[in-house]
Parts: sequence; C-alpha cells; structure tokens
Amino acid sequence: MKRFVGFIKKEFYHIFRDTRSLFILFGMPIVQILLFGFAITNEINNVDMAILDHSKDATTKEIINKISASKYFSIKQILERETDIEAVFKKGKVKAVLNFETDFGKNLIKNHQATVQIITDATDPNTANTISNYINSILQNHQQEQNKAIHIDYVIVPEPRMVYNPELKSVYMFVPGVMTIILMLVSAMMTSISITREKELGTMEILLVSPIKPFQVIIGKVFPYIFLSVINAVVIVLLSIFIFKMPVQGSLFLLALESVLFIISALALGILISTISATQQTAMMISLMGLMLPVILLSGFIFPISSMPLPLQVLSNIIPAKWFIIILKGIMLKGVGLEFIWKETLILLGMTILFIGLSVKKYKIRLE
Amino acid sequence: MKKTNVIQVEDLTKMFGDFKAVNGITFEVKKGEIFGFLGANGAGKTTAMKMLIGISIPTSGKAHVAGFDVFTQAEDIKKNIGYMSQKFALYDDLTVKENISFFGGIYGLTKARIKEKTKELIEDLGLQEVSNQLVGSLPLGWKQKISFSVALLHEPKIVFLDEPTGGVDPITRRQFWEMIYKAAHDGTTIFVTTHYMDEAEYCDRVSIMVNGKIEALNTPKKLKEQFQVDNMNDVFLKLARG
Ligand SMILES: Nc1ncnc2c1ncn2[C@@H]1O[C@H](COP(=O)(O)OP(=O)(O)O)[C@@H](O)[C@H]1O
Ligand SMILES: [Mg+2]
Repeated sequence: MKRFVGFIKKEFYHIFRDTRSLFILFGMPIVQILLFGFAITNEINNVDMAILDHSKDATTKEIINKISASKYFSIKQILERETDIEAVFKKGKVKAVLNFETDFGKNLIKNHQATVQIITDATDPNTANTISNYINSILQNHQQEQNKAIHIDYVIVPEPRMVYNPELKSVYMFVPGVMTIILMLVSAMMTSISITREKELGTMEILLVSPIKPFQVIIGKVFPYIFLSVINAVVIVLLSIFIFKMPVQGSLFLLALESVLFIISALALGILISTISATQQTAMMISLMGLMLPVILLSGFIFPISSMPLPLQVLSNIIPAKWFIIILKGIMLKGVGLEFIWKETLILLGMTILFIGLSVKKYKIRLE
Repeated sequence: MKKTNVIQVEDLTKMFGDFKAVNGITFEVKKGEIFGFLGANGAGKTTAMKMLIGISIPTSGKAHVAGFDVFTQAEDIKKNIGYMSQKFALYDDLTVKENISFFGGIYGLTKARIKEKTKELIEDLGLQEVSNQLVGSLPLGWKQKISFSVALLHEPKIVFLDEPTGGVDPITRRQFWEMIYKAAHDGTTIFVTTHYMDEAEYCDRVSIMVNGKIEALNTPKKLKEQFQVDNMNDVFLKLARG
C-alpha cells in the first residue's frame, strides 16, 4: 500500500510537470466548453426578420408594429409570396419569418382563433429556439392586452417551424459527445502515452526488475488517470448544468457509475495500445487515429448513425463510445433509468472485460 | 551448488527466432567478486543479463542467482539484486531526492530508512547543492553515479550494471569505478558489462563474450599471460580475430 502511494505521487509529478499533459487534461475540456459556450447565446438582439402578411389588416399591423418596436427584432423585408420565404433564408438575410394567415384579424373575431407561423433558421438551433420564444411572448402579450380591452377571448396560435435542422440537434446533443471524447482522450491516450513513456525511457525495465509486480505497475500508472477522468466528468456535468443550462434529467448516481465503466474501458484500451507501441509518438498516433477518429466519426456524435452507409453502421457497433453516448443521452436528456439502457450497459461492460483480458494477456507476453 | 557462488550459470541459451543471441554460456560468480562481462556491441551481454535478473525467460539451460532459479523464482531474485540498465534510467522530471524516495519506496524501504539513505547518498556524492533539482538538468556522469547509488539503496546481495560508464569522460569513469570498489568492499557482488577493455583491468575476473559464446574467462592477469599480451585490449583483439 505504501509503495502504491509513492507510485501515485510520482505519477502526479509527471503529470503536473509536463505542460502537454496539463493541457490535454485541463486545457482541452476548457477549450471544448468555451467553443460550445460561445456557440450558445441565450440573449438575442436586433435579429433580422421578414414578414409575410397575407391578411394586411389592423391586427396584423399592430402586431408587426409591436415587433419592430422591440429591441430584439428589426424587420428587414416584407415578403409577398410563400416562395419568397425560402429565398430570404437561403440568402441568409433573416433569421426568422413571420407568416400571417389570410384574414387573420377576421378569424380572431369570428373564430376566436387565428394562426401565425414562426419560421426560424435552425442551423443555430439554440438561437432559433430563443427567437421563437421571444416572438411568442410578444404575441401573448398582445393577445392579453386585446382580451382585456374588447372582452372577447381569443387565441393567437403560433406555429413554430424550424428550418434546416428540424430535429433540433442542439448543443445539448453535443454534451454527451464532448464528454465521451474528453474521457476517451484523458483515459486512453494519456495512459497509453504515460506507460509507453516508461518503456521508451527505459524506466519500465527498472520497475520490472524491482519487487513490484507488473500489474501493480499498471494499476499505479492508471490510477491517477481514473481520478483525473472522474474529475473531468464532474466538471463537464457541472458546466453543462451551469453554463449550458442543460438539466441532467436522470440519476446522477447512475451517470457516475456508467461514466466509471466507460473510463475503465478506455483505460484498458490505453493499456492495450501501450503494449503494442514502442514509443510515445506511436501511442499517440494509434490513440488519435484508432480511438479518437472513430469516436468522432462513427459514434453518432456528429454524424447520425442512421444516415451512414450500412458497413459503417455495422462498424459503429464495435465502438464503445457509441454505446456510452446512447447511455449518456438516455440519462442526461431523457432521464431514463437502467431499465432502458441495460442493454447498452451490458455491451459496454462486455467490451470492458474483453479489453482488460486482452491487455493483461498482451502485457504478460511483453515481459518474456 | 557451492555456497560461495552467488551466480551459477550452466549452458544458458536465448534464441530470438532462429538466432542464438546467447549460446550455451557457463560460468559462476563468487560472493563479493567484481565480475566483468565483456564483449563487443551485439555480443549478447545485455540479453544474458536480462535472463539473470528475471525479466527474460531463457530458452534453455540453468541459472541460479542468489540461490534462486531464474525459471521459477524470479520474484525472489528481484528482492536480492540491484540493477542499472544500459539505458540511463532515473526520472528526469523528478528531483534527485524524489527519485531516491520513489525507488526506495518501491523496494519497500521504510520512510525513516529512506530519509537516512537519502542523506547518506547526497553526502557521499556531494549533491547537497542539487538535491532539489530535477535530475534532467544534471550532467550524465552525475546521473550515472546517482543511478548506481539508487541501485544499491536496498542493499542488494548482487548488483548488475549494464555498461554503466557508457558515454562519460575518463575522470568520471575512474570515479565510478571507485564507487564500484567501495560497494564490493562492503560485500556486494558486482556483475558488470562493458565494452571498454581498459575497465577489464579493474575486475577480479572477466569473461569475454563473442557472438553469444564465452570465449575466455579468467583473471585479467591470467588472460594476459594466456594470450601473451600486456593489456586486455590485445587479449580481446586476439580473441576477435579467432
Ligand atoms: N528482443 C530481441 N529480439 C531479437 N533480437 C534481439 C533482441 N534483443 C537483442 N537481440 C539481438 O541479440 C544480439 C545481442 O544483443 P545484446 O544482448 O543487446 O548485445 P550486447 O548487450 O552485448 O551489446 C544482437 O544481435 C541483438 O540484435
Ligand atoms: Mg548491451
């Protein structure tokens, strides 16, 4: 036990005295979060929009005036035809189009109900959502004032429609992916580099000649990275909650357990990589090409698996990250419990056991 | 096996595929001896040493180190030996003191013992000024001396040195050999490989390895007599020419 403590202390010296390690461990998560942080804007200001008014009556005029009076919107264009809508979006001139139905004012009086479409450009889904909400509240506001004044209850029915990104793949969807990448990077790449480093420098040999057992060496090497990965996971979840305003719907405890499982599988992969690479350079290349690339491309993080060619869809199944992302999305976004993700968990567990088995076997062979 | 032999090797062989890197070597090393394991680059010295220290499994033959079998008791051997590898191997990003306490720790020395040893080592090597500096900033000669002292921290019965003086100046080599003598005087058996033939003169007995085989084994004096030359370098040249 005492030996173990000394070993871990030494490992932390290595980490804290190496700028590259420090950057990957602490810089990367921050950089990623900043990147996503900048992409999210909860405040909107002077958003350019266009109006297509089929009705052109007093009510629509009043609403349009209200909107143009607010500091959030500036009306850039009045459209004449439905086909103009797509054209203005394509040109990127406006972020939103308000489309009033014919006889809007009349319908309100007669049917107590009228419809207006709020069309937003959802390439930036978060902004689109915010715009939609703002317009909505202006409409609500107008409706309340009117109802008070003329004593007829009526409802304006806003029909929000997002164009270009209909399933609203928002930053929320990216959080599980970012988390997966960072855990993979820290756990697999950093361990494989740190073990290979000892081989490259010749210190591994000294360790193996000492009474410490090979598995103790490995545990000593991976332990600090388990610790740091867990810290990273916690930081990411906290930032998601406080910066991304992304509520974690499911159980934090389950989230922690699943994360630890994934971290262990990544560590085992890292050990496996270290057994097949002689230099740090090789370990880094294998980690980047063999782990990071598939995680980014095939895990469903950026490109939806369902729209991949069949061979890639099949291939994506052997990537642990795919299953972890499904699990994360389930817990974080949908708030599901183990009963919905036990299959993915089992697959991940199986992979982890396989990787550990392989790396133990490989590691032994190396010693002979 | 005689009591006084701390290393006993019989017909030890290591194959890499079809290649016999070590080809049936037989020798023994007595307790307290400085045994020189000589040979040109690629002769098989490191390969032979790795079998003796328990990190490489021999293809055939027998070997006992400190009374333990290399095939079945590698773990016991490890407790009784010190090793300084051919590649200089301390941690560059740890200070002198941190290196000492790390290696002391993995050999199971108590905290108090490590403290005591650290003080002793730093005084012996005159490292007071640099004990809190990163090892990476020190000259190679110092690193090698520290490395040797670290290999002796746990007071092993036998210490294996693989080309410990590679790449340093003659004065540092001389100082290094003084440290070796001191350790031998304290009762440690020294097994040292080198390809510097002049260093052979400092050994009690030497073996000369050529292409995986031990071609000569005796005291430097007897070897010179046997080959009728007056320095070890010529002994080696005669052997190499066959
Ligand atoms: N792991 C290995 N696989 C294949 N050949 C090896 C291996 N290790 C050493 N050799 C070969 O064995 C021979 C002896 O090497 P080595 O013991 O390092 O020599 P020395 O230490 O005397 O310079 C060399 O030809 C070397 O290339
Ligand atoms: Mg060698």
